[in-house]
Formats: sequence, C-alpha cells, structure tokens
Amino acid sequence: MHEMAVAEGILDIALDYAAKNQAEKIGKIGLRLGEMAGVETESLEFCFESLVKGTIAEGAELALHRMPLVGRCRKCGHETHIEHYNFICPACGKGALDIISGRELQVEYLEVD
Amino acid sequence: MEVQVMQDILGKNDRIAAENQALFADKKIFVLNLMGSPGSGKTTLLERTMAALKDELHMAVIEGDLFTTKDADRIAKYAVPVMQINTSGGCHLDAPMVQEVLSQLVLDRLDLLIVENVGNLVCPAEFNIGEDAKGVVLSITEGDDKPMKYPLVFKESSIVLLNKVDILPYTNFDMAAAREDIHTLHPDVKLVEVSCVQDTGLKDWYDWLRAKVRAKKG
Ligand SMILES: Nc1nc2c(ncn2[C@@H]2O[C@H](COP(=O)(O)OP(=O)(O)O)[C@@H](O)[C@H]2O)c(=O)[nH]1
Ligand SMILES: [Mg+2]
Ligand SMILES: [Zn+2]
Repeated sequence: MHEMAVAEGILDIALDYAAKNQAEKIGKIGLRLGEMAGVETESLEFCFESLVKGTIAEGAELALHRMPLVGRCRKCGHETHIEHYNFICPACGKGALDIISGRELQVEYLEVD
Repeated sequence: MEVQVMQDILGKNDRIAAENQALFADKKIFVLNLMGSPGSGKTTLLERTMAALKDELHMAVIEGDLFTTKDADRIAKYAVPVMQINTSGGCHLDAPMVQEVLSQLVLDRLDLLIVENVGNLVCPAEFNIGEDAKGVVLSITEGDDKPMKYPLVFKESSIVLLNKVDILPYTNFDMAAAREDIHTLHPDVKLVEVSCVQDTGLKDWYDWLRAKVRAKKG
C-alpha cells in the first residue's frame, strides 16, 4: 500500500503549486502515469480522497494520462511497445529492451481557481 | 486557470536518496537494497553472509521491519553493526528513513551495507534509498508464477536469489519456467539458485558481492 505515499506526494506538489499561484481551490490534478509505474489507481484514488479532506484540494479530480511501456533495443535500436513484460527484442531476438517510457509518476498540471 | 507542473511525485524521496548515494560514493561503500516476500529467507541469507564474509569485508546491516527487532537481533549475533528501522505499519523503507539511521552508523571503514527491506514484493521496488543495486529473494514455496505477477521488483533488481531449492522435490515449482520468466523480464539479471539452510549455491552470491565491493572501491 505505497499508494498512500504516492497520494501524499501528489498533494504536497499540488498544494505547493497552488500556493505559488495564489489559488483558493484545486479542481483537477493531471497525472502522468506509466504503464509500469506500479500504482494501483483505485487504491490511489481512495487514498487521495481521504487525504485531501479539509484542504483546498478536497473534491479534486485526478485526471490520468497513461504512458505506454516502450522499450528500445540495446543491440539493434528497434523501438516497440513491450507486451507481457517481454524485454527481449522482437526484431533481432537477442537484444534487451531498455525502458524509454512507461515508468512515469508525475504531476503534469493543475486546474485551480 | 491551468498551472503547468511536471514534477516527479516521488521527487522528494529521490532527492534524499541522492544525498544518501553521494555519502556512499564518498565512503566507497557498496549498498544493496534486499527485497522479497516475508519468509523468503532474507534474514537467513544475511546470517549466512555475515558468517561467511566477516573476516574478509567490513559489513553492516540495516533491518527494516514493521514493528519488531527480531531480525536485527539475529544479525547482531554475528558481531556485525546492525541498525533497526521500524516502519510502524509502513510497507516499505524510504530514503529519509535510511538517512536518519545512517548518522548512527560508523561508515568510515565499511565496505558493504545491506539493507533488508520490509517483506513485500510490491512497494519497496518503487522507493530508491540511495543504493547501488537492488536484489530480490524469491523462495520456492512462493510459486513459479511470482516473477510475472510482480514484474517491477524483478525488473529493478540486479540479482535474483531463488532460495530454498532444498525443498524443490516436494513442490510443483517449475524451475525452468521461473528462470525463463525472469530472463524475459530482465535479460541481463544475475540469477542464483541457493539453499540457505543447506548452504548450497551461495558461493556465486558471495562472489557477486565481492566483485561489486571491489568495483565500488575503484
Ligand atoms: N527449507 C528452507 N528453509 C529456509 C531456507 N532459507 C530460509 N528458510 C526458512 O524460512 C523461514 C523464513 O526465513 P527468514 O530468513 O526469517 O525470512 P525473511 O522473512 O525473508 O527474512 C525460516 O524458518 C528459515 O529457516 C532454505 O534455503 N530452505
Ligand atoms: Mg527478515
Ligand atoms: Zn533488437
């Protein structure tokens, strides 16, 4: 259940940026979430909801921008969506795929008033 | 009004992890973050390792545990410095927790620091603590399907120890399938089959540690 720690990270960043922009209410928080970020979104939403009670982010929506798991072959340079966690290059059959996207866990933007 | 942010959610942890890492680099200590389910044999592996390498390397251990000091007490019997972190229910160690106990460890002569993370195949893999490498212990009784069910921890780990091979004959664990899955997930991972109770296969693990310590010394 590290989703509570993730929710705390989101709230910290959101409150920080809201304060910098003299916002009184946070309506929406845009998240960039990689396919292999290891976050269970239902549990994240549950944690977030209970965490924001009584803050200016109470009721804020989490908008998820999912990033596909993409790898690049170390041997032949081929780029591909990684299926079934198979990190062996489907093009050359030999090289290992390095992750170039899909581990993101970021706050992209806020909508504030 | 829309405000652009673009910040890593675990950025605060990563910043402290970088501070820990800088300290380990300065002191030339190889640090391993050891993960795995409860009962997979992490502490037993460390007991074996302390006994085998204590005349050769200066080692210390950090024990992460929910509430107790049981594992730390087991390690302390080997006359190796050991620090306890109790997470009081927290499912993983994070960089600030490790930073806090580092101030109480004498780092100057250390070669190797192993951190036994909280028993859990999910959460610890998400939190860097400033380690040089992660490792995971998977025991035979957990089943050969676990690598694909918990891919991140196997992806993040530089070494996988398949422990309790002594009881392979009494289980339906398919070693070939498990090795294949781990290789698919992480093609260049180091994989060792060990039995911590029968003391088999551990030489490969010790050699891996020795090589990592040597590389860190430069
Ligand atoms: N059969 C067998 N049991 C083991 C082995 N390694 C550890 N165990 C047992 O597994 C249990 C859990 O071990 P422990 O080291 O406390 O696991 P941890 O929770 O991962 O630290 C203990 O009863 C150990 O004696 C092994 O190689 N074979
Ligand atoms: Mg233990
Ligand atoms: Zn290739």
